[in-house]
Amino acid sequence: MDTFVQQLINGLTIGSIYALIALGYTMVYGILRLINFAHGDIYMLGAYAGFIIATSMGFAANPSAIGFAVTLVGSMAIAAAVGMAIERFAYRPVRKYSKMTTLITAIGMSLFIEYLFVFIFSGTPRSFPQLLPNENITLFGNATISTSQILIFVVSMLLMFLLQWIIYKTKIGKAMRAVSFNLNSAKLMGINTNFVIAFTFALGSALAAAGGVLTAQYNPKIEPLMGIMTGLKAFVAAVLGGIGNIPGAVLGGLLIGAAETLVVGYGGYIGVPSTFRDAVAFAILILVLLLRPAGLLGSNVQEKV
Amino acid sequence: MLTLDNVSVSYGAIEALTGINLHVEKGEVVTLIGANGAGKTTTLRTITGLLDPIAGRVVYEGNEIQGVPTHKLVSRGIAMSPEGRGVFANLSVRENLEMGAYIRKDKKAIASDMERGFELFPRLKEREAQKAGTLSGGEQQMLAMARALMSKPRLLLLDEPSLGLAPLVVHTIFEAIERIRQEGATILLVEQNANAALHHSDRAYVLETGRIVMEGDSKQLAQDPRVKEAYLGE
Ligand SMILES: Nc1ncnc2c1ncn2[C@@H]1O[C@H](COP(=O)(O)OP(=O)(O)O)[C@@H](O)[C@H]1O
Ligand SMILES: [Mg+2]
Repeated sequence: MDTFVQQLINGLTIGSIYALIALGYTMVYGILRLINFAHGDIYMLGAYAGFIIATSMGFAANPSAIGFAVTLVGSMAIAAAVGMAIERFAYRPVRKYSKMTTLITAIGMSLFIEYLFVFIFSGTPRSFPQLLPNENITLFGNATISTSQILIFVVSMLLMFLLQWIIYKTKIGKAMRAVSFNLNSAKLMGINTNFVIAFTFALGSALAAAGGVLTAQYNPKIEPLMGIMTGLKAFVAAVLGGIGNIPGAVLGGLLIGAAETLVVGYGGYIGVPSTFRDAVAFAILILVLLLRPAGLLGSNVQEKV
Repeated sequence: MLTLDNVSVSYGAIEALTGINLHVEKGEVVTLIGANGAGKTTTLRTITGLLDPIAGRVVYEGNEIQGVPTHKLVSRGIAMSPEGRGVFANLSVRENLEMGAYIRKDKKAIASDMERGFELFPRLKEREAQKAGTLSGGEQQMLAMARALMSKPRLLLLDEPSLGLAPLVVHTIFEAIERIRQEGATILLVEQNANAALHHSDRAYVLETGRIVMEGDSKQLAQDPRVKEAYLGE
C-alpha cells in the first residue's frame, strides 16, 4: 500500500508536468490543426532560460521564494516570446500551404532548436540549482513526498486554473475559442486572428517553460534533448485526453504520469520490467488510436481550443 | 457609401466575378439576387476582404479597401452575417453577441445594444446561456444577424438570411430586416428568395454567372417579365 501511494505521488508529480506541456499541444492544435513538434523543445528552452536566470542573478546561492518566482516567471516570459517568434517566422508563412508543409516545418523547427542548444550549451547536461529548500515529508507508512513535488503539483494546478480563467472568462480567451471554431467568422467580428494565434503560442509556450523549470526542481539534470521524450509523452497525453480538448490534456497528462510510475512500481509482477517506463506512453497511444481515436474527452462536437 | 468598380475575382483558374459594378448609398437597402453559384457570396466575401479581387476597385466611404484585412474593415463599420450563419457553436448565445461587439469598449452601450438584439429576436433572450450549436437553423440565423449588429455597423451585409428556413421563420427574418431598415440602416442583401428580397429593398442587381445582367428599382424589377420568369417562378 505504501509503495502504491508512493508511486501515485510520483506519478501525479510527473503527470502534472505532462499536463502543462500537453495543454500547449492541444491549444495550438485546436486553433490551427497543427501538431507543433517544436513544443517539447520549448519545455527544454524554458529549463535553460530558468537556469540562466537563476545562475546569473545569484538565486542559486540563496534559495528563496522570490528567486524561484522570478526564475519561473522570467523563463515563462522568454518562452512566450520565443513561441510567438516561431509562429510568426516559421509557421505563419507556410500556413496557407498544405498540412504536410506545416508539419515538416514543425519537425524542422524542433531539430533546429535542439541542435542550436547543443551548439550553444554543448550536449553535456547542466545541473539546475535548487531554488527552494527541499525536504522530504513522511506521510503515513513509508510514503514520502518532497516539498519540490508539492511545489510542482501546486504551481501546475494554479497555472491550469489561470489558463481556464483566461480561456473562459476573458475577452481574448473567448476570441481564442471563436477562432478555433471558425476562423473567417472570427475575422468578421473584428478579431485580429493573427494576434490571437500568436497569443495562443505564447500561452502554450509559457506553460511548457513552467514545466521545464518545475521539473528541474525535482530532477536537476537538464540537457538540450530533454524535450524529445517528455514532449512526445505530453503529446500522447493530449491525444489520450482528446486533442483540442483542454480538460482532456490535463486528464491525459495525469493518467500518463500515473501509468508510467505504476509500471515502474508494479510492472515486475506482470512481467513488464521497469525499464519499459518510456514505452508505456506509446503503448497507451496505440490503444487510444485503436479503441477511441477521439480520446477520452474528445468527440466530434467537442469544443476545440 | 460603397462602390464596386469593375471588380473581378477568381478562385485559381476559375473566374467567379467578371468586372462587376455596383453601388450602395447611405440609408439604402440594395439586394443582389441570382441563382446558386452566380457569385453572390463571392461578392460579399470580396467586400469584407476575405477574398482579394484580381482587378477593379472596392471603394467604401471614399477609400479603396481591397487588400485591407477583414478585421480592420469591421472597425471601419462593415459587418456581415455570412452564408451558413457562421455562429460559434462552442460559445453561448451571449458570448456570440459579445464577440460581435469585440471591437467596442463601451460596456454600458454594449449591454444596451445586446438588449436591443434580444428585443429584435426574443427567442435569443430565452436561449441566452445555451451553446449556439444547440440552436435551430432559424435561431442561428437570428443570432448571426444580431451578432452582426453588435458592432454598430454603418454597412450591413446579409448573405442569404432565409436559406433553408421554414416559411414562418423566413417571415420573422424579413420582419427583422424591415425593422432594421426603418431605423435607417444601410444594407446589402444577398438572396435567392428574390420575391421577398425585392419586396424589402429599394434597388436590386441581378447576377448571372459572375456578371451583373440587370439592375434597377426593386419594384420595377419585380414587374420585369424576365425577372418574373427566371427568379419569381411566374
Ligand atoms: N472556394 C471556392 N473554390 C473554388 N470555386 C469556388 C469557391 N467558392 C465558390 N466557387 C465558385 O465560384 C462561383 C460563385 O460561387 P458563390 O459566390 O458561392 O455563388 P453564390 O453565392 O451566388 O451561390 C461558383 O461557380 C462556385 O462554384
Ligand atoms: Mg452563396
